[in-house]
Amino acid sequence: MIRLDRLRHIVVVEDNPTDLELIRRGFAQGNCEHLLIVVRDGEEALEYLRRLEAGEPLPAAVLLDLRLPRVDGLEVLRHFKQHPLACRAPVIVFSASADEEDVRQAYENGANSYIVKPDEAERFQEVAMRISKYWHGVNVSPA
Amino acid sequence: MDVDLTRRAFARQRVLNPIQVARDGEEALQCLQAWEMGADLPALILLDLKLPKVDGLEVLRTIKTHPRFHALPVIILSTSGEDRDILTAYQEGANSYIVKPVDFDRFIEVVEHLQTYWLSLNIPPF
Repeated sequence: MIRLDRLRHIVVVEDNPTDLELIRRGFAQGNCEHLLIVVRDGEEALEYLRRLEAGEPLPAAVLLDLRLPRVDGLEVLRHFKQHPLACRAPVIVFSASADEEDVRQAYENGANSYIVKPDEAERFQEVAMRISKYWHGVNVSPA
Repeated sequence: MDVDLTRRAFARQRVLNPIQVARDGEEALQCLQAWEMGADLPALILLDLKLPKVDGLEVLRTIKTHPRFHALPVIILSTSGEDRDILTAYQEGANSYIVKPVDFDRFIEVVEHLQTYWLSLNIPPF
């Protein structure tokens, strides 16, 4: 049986309101706005892990910013990839940094994909739309 | 993987990257040896799970535990939509898993997504 991930949530870990709004718009363009779960900082991300433990279904993917208040993005990535349930969800690092060292560290810590945030708003929104289309409509991840 | 079908889909989508084909698991492992000797690294690896000689999961495991090549993006393209296969592939380090569509037009769409996502948006580790 072919199972697609169209109806599953994507968790967005993002504290910047402008970036978050552009992600929302991009997802809306891909008709997936209602499938966003927003987590605003590293500590909330760790609280989200408790929700998974309490039985909340696994998301189709996690979109993770690296620069986060309180607990930084790489630390969050490590927590997710070492967690018995969350480790199954693909993590896409979505960061303003194109620095080679950031890219390398993200993959070393288990990121499935790394995408640089475009500076320009229209392009940013389009990239967010493509991300939502790929991880909702093309990729399948563990339930 | 159906090589002719994949080549046709890539040509239809004007994917310009050269395609190197490994016809079974053993040939895939030979690619790793060639990379170790300095051959160009691929931008992306599309891997079927059901392969003759050495199976796809074994190939995946070998790449993902390799000291130099473990961060190469590996996308599983399999006819199996079984939960167990999907979970195992991710546990062994697959970057993404796509259930290969039987319909050619739908396969063309998948190739389009592969191209835009993995060959233009995604930043590879090298």
